[in-house]
Amino acid sequence: MRTGLRKWSLWLGAAALLALPLASSAQLSTNDLAQKLNIESHIGNLTGHAKAAAMNYRRYCVGCHGELGDGNGENAVWLDPKPRNFQLGIFKCRSTPTSTLPTDTDLFDSIGRGFDRSNMPIWNTLTKQERADLVAWVKHFSPRWANEKSGDPIQIPPEPEVTPERIKAGRDVFARVQCWKCHGVQGMANGPSASTLTDDLGRPILAYNFTEGSRPKCGDTDRDIYRIFMTGLDGTPMPSFADNIKPDEAWDLVFYLRTFMSQHSKEKDMAKQLGLKPVDPNAPVPAASGQQ
Amino acid sequence: MRTRCNLAVVLSAVVLLCCGALMLNQNVRAAGEGKISGTVKLDGTAPHMRGIDMSKDPYCSKIHASDPAKMETVVAGSGGGLEHVVLYISEGLTGGALTQVPTEEPVFDQKGCVYSPHVLGLDVNQKFKVTTSDQTAHNIHPNPNPMTGNIPWNQSQPPGAPPVEKSWKATEMIPVQCNIHPWMHGWFAVVKGPYATTDASGAYTINNVPPGSYTVTAWQEDLGTQTQKVTVAAGAAGSANFSFKAK
Repeated sequence: MRTGLRKWSLWLGAAALLALPLASSAQLSTNDLAQKLNIESHIGNLTGHAKAAAMNYRRYCVGCHGELGDGNGENAVWLDPKPRNFQLGIFKCRSTPTSTLPTDTDLFDSIGRGFDRSNMPIWNTLTKQERADLVAWVKHFSPRWANEKSGDPIQIPPEPEVTPERIKAGRDVFARVQCWKCHGVQGMANGPSASTLTDDLGRPILAYNFTEGSRPKCGDTDRDIYRIFMTGLDGTPMPSFADNIKPDEAWDLVFYLRTFMSQHSKEKDMAKQLGLKPVDPNAPVPAASGQQ
Repeated sequence: MRTRCNLAVVLSAVVLLCCGALMLNQNVRAAGEGKISGTVKLDGTAPHMRGIDMSKDPYCSKIHASDPAKMETVVAGSGGGLEHVVLYISEGLTGGALTQVPTEEPVFDQKGCVYSPHVLGLDVNQKFKVTTSDQTAHNIHPNPNPMTGNIPWNQSQPPGAPPVEKSWKATEMIPVQCNIHPWMHGWFAVVKGPYATTDASGAYTINNVPPGSYTVTAWQEDLGTQTQKVTVAAGAAGSANFSFKAK
């Protein structure tokens, strides 16, 4: 009897030892989905709940982004640019540095803004709460959201007054960091490298043409344009210039870029008065001002 | 009562054993300065490497005016030595030899509108620098698979730009490209533990290998991987020569 008991307890001990990692991993995988569906998004004082978005995602998003969020919905074959693959967790429009996850507000803004020159419409027909819920839902597709936090948004100093000097300085930045290699000297997306651009998945992609009157994909306020080149559009050839353009110069560049755009602006008038010529691609590269 | 006592004894023994195993594991820190060396050769005629048309950027084409740049997919020297092959220990490493991260920071330079070196070997979490020696703007754009834990990034490096300092979280052969100069293509070969890349003659030496039996893997971007078993004894270097069949 006693030996039996002892044997029994030995078995129990061994079983406990074996079951420990098993139980915890099994728990993880079953809890995983439930946990993912408990994902929340926080946009200002709005809180989005992934679970609440399941119906709307099925109704409005699945056609392009797919059931699994991999961007392979049934319409995807007909679309260019292709729908975003949420599983990769790589996003163009962020307020956060390159390679970091966007904030919930960034995703919320993307849904509400839509993407000009793509098939992603403006989803302002959905309520803010519904959009916040969808942000939480979008986050459940990529393991990145479980392992990483959103990046810290870049600091954007208050916008200074536009002056002709600033526009001229912006032209120097444009020449120095060589935006024209892709965007062309007049912002017409006809730079020498424009024709060979591909995205991270090897699909051809166009540089932004400032002159055709369409809105930049990540928003068309001055702050949006500032943010675009200081964070880069991840997944595309557009790099981050954060290490090479100082905040003050960045505003100069924003003003210069406005002079290309077809919409009437103060910057356009000033450039006209200055008689500003496009940069010369064959001129020596201007030195960085006061860069260490 | 008796059973409960027994149970408690068994359970505490199990806990003690686990602790012991953990401590032991930490104590087995690899010491010693063993090496594995050898050469990597190409078996057969080296494939033709296409010349690169850099006329898109006059700065680049001027540099290569007298010596046109060629693709570097397979670089074989005289005698058939294969350059840019990464050798690393894929099995057999334990303890410190596996987890220690080298402190030296290798440099990946953009020079003459090509990457130098073409393949940069790296340990997981080892810091490295991306620099530019060129008077033309580049963007440095590695493209790892985000599912591995390595996240792609894309940063501009205009002339005179400060170095970009980075590291990678997981083992992966990561292609890197410049979107401005689409011919620019290189690799970050991220492995765990000691590694080496072959020189122009195909020779390599993996340093800091403690005595033991290992599997050494040779990776070439186009020709794939090969493995060999190697034993490093105390005070005697291991040796492994590889030969890749030309395609």
